[in-house]
Amino acid sequence: MALLDTRKGAGYLFFAVVLGQVILISTQVNTRVGVPILETVVFGAFAEVQRVVSLGVSGVRRTWNGYVGLRRVSAENEDLKRQLARLQVELQQQRALGDRTRGLERLLDLRDHTSLSMTAAEIIAAGATPDFRTVTLDKGTRHGLRANMAVISPQGVVGRIVVASLQAAKVQLLIDRNAAAGAIIARSRAQGIVVGEGSDQLRLEYVSEVADIATGDVVMTSGIDGIFPKGFIIGRVDAVERNGGAYGRILVRPGVDFRMLEEVLVVLTPPGERGSSEESRE
Amino acid sequence: MKAARVFLAIAVALALQTTLARFIVRGTVAIDLGLVVVVYVALTSGPVAGMLAGAVAGLAQDALSSGIIGIGGLAKTIVGFLTGVVARQFIVARPIPRFVVFVAATLVHAFAFIGLYVLLDLRRFTSPFAAVASQAVGNAVVGVAAFQAVEGLPGALERRRAQRARIRR
Repeated sequence: MALLDTRKGAGYLFFAVVLGQVILISTQVNTRVGVPILETVVFGAFAEVQRVVSLGVSGVRRTWNGYVGLRRVSAENEDLKRQLARLQVELQQQRALGDRTRGLERLLDLRDHTSLSMTAAEIIAAGATPDFRTVTLDKGTRHGLRANMAVISPQGVVGRIVVASLQAAKVQLLIDRNAAAGAIIARSRAQGIVVGEGSDQLRLEYVSEVADIATGDVVMTSGIDGIFPKGFIIGRVDAVERNGGAYGRILVRPGVDFRMLEEVLVVLTPPGERGSSEESRE
Repeated sequence: MKAARVFLAIAVALALQTTLARFIVRGTVAIDLGLVVVVYVALTSGPVAGMLAGAVAGLAQDALSSGIIGIGGLAKTIVGFLTGVVARQFIVARPIPRFVVFVAATLVHAFAFIGLYVLLDLRRFTSPFAAVASQAVGNAVVGVAAFQAVEGLPGALERRRAQRARIRR
């Protein structure tokens, strides 16, 4: 009898917990404006835990790399010296080219281009569940980061900030199922929207059937979304499938290797002030 | 005391999922450590503990992700409760039945989680079958390994202590 009562109690409790969560879901789905407060508070609190754990793990890694991994340093040093010598030659060539370009700019009376304001941030944690492709940065609103700021890396577009707490920010990666960015094919100037697939690939959608797209084409940001600055690399077209005349499925391999990301750059310049710098990249 | 241990296990699982996973396989690991803890708790402590662990772990994961808070919690609550009921009805004490339970729990979780998102038209899941299958196997391997470690560790330590005592004599 006691067992029966326990089961009955468990059933009621299960019903109550499920009902509570259904109500929680329905309130967000119906009145979802911006980021829920609960999400911001929990994220801010847990980001501190992640920061501490990340510090510990980074300390172990630094110790390993600094002391145990010294065996490779000598060979690496020689290699770096060779690379430095080659780069110094290249630098001189580039400097000469830069001087010449500046001279030509002055000659053509081109206006002075401003550059995008960015800040570097370190990734301190990955997503809490494999179903969402997010990472946590070690900088937040205290460092000027806000929601919907673009996050990039030297290899290309990384994603956008979705939640920013005081000392940390959550970035939705471009490969997340809910992520998208305005895109343009560098060669043919065909436009479309790149959307995440939840895997390591992206899909190019909303492309005109008369657009010229081929495997290997470079896909760049078009700036149409108002988040990502124009002219940054998204990736390369990996496969193009056609259904009759229209494009069926266009797969894009991201320029960024999301599995190797450790540091990123956050674009602090608001979309309205990017015009001149975007033109310079074009 | 037991509740504190469960909370600690969930916190450790989330910390491992978000921090260490990034260094081991660079963040794309197809293992849900939160779900592994929920199934473990449900198998060892029954439906109520499994359900509450599922609610806590799921809500925490939802809050740390960019999705709707409650969907992961609801999916894990259902999984925790059902797994606890299965553990009460059947003997799930050997690696193979446990493996099957972990696989089934992952499939139920994926069905509830993806189903709710699709039902509410919040996300698209184009052919998630391969990802779900690999996650089911990954979760099952980690879960069974966790059981073996937790159950085998005290015995191994005891044997080692006895061996040392024999050598001293």
